[in-house]
Amino acid sequence: MSYSKPSFKESYGNFINGKFVAPIGGQYFENRSPIDNSIIAKYPRSQQEDVDAALDAANAAKKSWGNTSVTERATMLNKVADIIEANLEEFALVETCDNGKPIRETLNADIPLSADHWRYFAACIRAEEGTASELDQNTLSLNIKEPLGVVGQIIPWNFPLLMLSWKLPPALATGNCVVLKPAEQTPSSATLLMEKIAEVFPPGVLNIIHGFGPEAGKPLASSAKVDKVAFTGETTTGQLIMQYASKNLNPVTMELGGKSPNIFFNSVMDHDDAFLDKAIEGAVLFAFNQGEVCTCPSRLLVQEDIYDAFMERVVARTKAIVQENPYDVNTMVGAQASNDQYEKIQSYLKIGVEEGAKVLCGGSAASLSGENANGFYIQPTILEGHNKMRVFQEEIFGPVVCVTKFKDEAEAIEIANDTLYGLGAGVWSRDAHQLYQIPRAIEAGRVWVNCYHAYPAHAPFGGYKKSGFGRENHLMMMDHYRQNKNMLISYDKNKLGFF
Amino acid sequence: MNRVAITEQAATIVAQIQEKNPTLIFHQSGGCCDGSSPMLLPADDFYLDDSDILLGEIAGIKYYMNQDQYEYWKHTHLTVDITEGRGASFSLEIPLGLRFIIHSRLLNEEETAYFNKAT
Repeated sequence: MSYSKPSFKESYGNFINGKFVAPIGGQYFENRSPIDNSIIAKYPRSQQEDVDAALDAANAAKKSWGNTSVTERATMLNKVADIIEANLEEFALVETCDNGKPIRETLNADIPLSADHWRYFAACIRAEEGTASELDQNTLSLNIKEPLGVVGQIIPWNFPLLMLSWKLPPALATGNCVVLKPAEQTPSSATLLMEKIAEVFPPGVLNIIHGFGPEAGKPLASSAKVDKVAFTGETTTGQLIMQYASKNLNPVTMELGGKSPNIFFNSVMDHDDAFLDKAIEGAVLFAFNQGEVCTCPSRLLVQEDIYDAFMERVVARTKAIVQENPYDVNTMVGAQASNDQYEKIQSYLKIGVEEGAKVLCGGSAASLSGENANGFYIQPTILEGHNKMRVFQEEIFGPVVCVTKFKDEAEAIEIANDTLYGLGAGVWSRDAHQLYQIPRAIEAGRVWVNCYHAYPAHAPFGGYKKSGFGRENHLMMMDHYRQNKNMLISYDKNKLGFF
Repeated sequence: MNRVAITEQAATIVAQIQEKNPTLIFHQSGGCCDGSSPMLLPADDFYLDDSDILLGEIAGIKYYMNQDQYEYWKHTHLTVDITEGRGASFSLEIPLGLRFIIHSRLLNEEETAYFNKAT
């Protein structure tokens, strides 16, 4: 079964104070589909004044929204989930068109998971409680959670609706108003969502600004009108946003990517069974979402005594990947999200080979036929080499995995941790001791054990080292969007006796 | 000898951006999404200190990389080029529908010897 490109209006606006508005300066940019490089629509090229308008709307709404009961806030979040679910196919098509990822991913992963994150935080905010401690017979300490106020959020283009659904629900559930800037490569699904949920929240609670980083992202991140900034992206911009936040003494959370090791111990090949089949798929998950995942398992570490046999099956499975029209439900790997990514990945393939990496499969751009000949496709690629090569150390953000072998547990841990980053990792083994000890030794915020690329709402996600700080998903994320009000109450009628 | 160079087309874009922003720096990013790409920023916008290595000067602009990252990159030569694209960072060329990218090659023997001596 195959779908085709969905239809769009000629241009869209920013969503500010509950309605769509044109950018004040009247400038727009053209957004294209990486599937065939065709035009999707024009989106606002917002400037400082547009960002200010959104922030003013958010600030005007924050008092009333912060005082809205959790029952009402949760009901609204659940409504958003219902709307996403009711329009699943439409969202999936728009997302595939804008990002280039295959429709089977958007239908089965991006969109259903997005709905679930809204529901999860609707549930969390209803279920949680503050704390009360009786410090002595007459003194009570009450901890009440209060919203920060207005939050600025800047999200990436690899999972446009899902990243929006990671960031918005916890901020809104906890009573904050938000100004969110989608990535300029992928403004479409956020816009579609605002069309569908325009009436759900009171005006000003949720605002979406489109535009470029230096023109719209920077004014949002540096504004004194925000109380917190959440960012997913790369390290230089991460540092810049932290600098701006330091001027305002604002908290920030950062998710800045990784170079995640996926480690396979020899016991995975003890039997040729369903688990081995799962492990091989686990190694091939580097190609999931065209490798455009912060936690892409882009370093494959295989124990030396199973290396040849294991890799033979991984290469065969990789070669069986279907890379065709992303609108076709059988397609497994689609287009890279933009031309500059496509060029960057090819540049990495070149330096990898120059450094001595051996190409086990793939190794170059892929050409598709018909209209898709103008799209940005890269063959799923396996490079064999060693951990000091640049392709082992930098986030390529393409369907490229770099494989190396290790002798024993100590060497596996040493290689796994020899990286600037610490976002994700995978450990595969049938040995119960390894399944606990190795994940504990890896410096990463998420270690998948005998699985990979699962992102349930109830499991916290975030980085060690240069991958950032703060956590997303899970109810612990709500505290990244709140103040703690401590009320220290005395029930003692007697004075201290000092004065 | 240099560790970093720039193509003519990329230098033209730098010059064009310099008309509005006279004092610029390049900073090599790492990490997610648009990471591993050079960012062109107003010089007074980005806090630099001893942890940033000055790789060289291209088109009159200083090119920096964080020390940690440099340790993994130092055996390679970088050339800044420009391509059509749309990054999601704060780099100044993005509104032009363009993106700076890096082409890399290994330092040759002569360059390696030179830089080993220099450091």
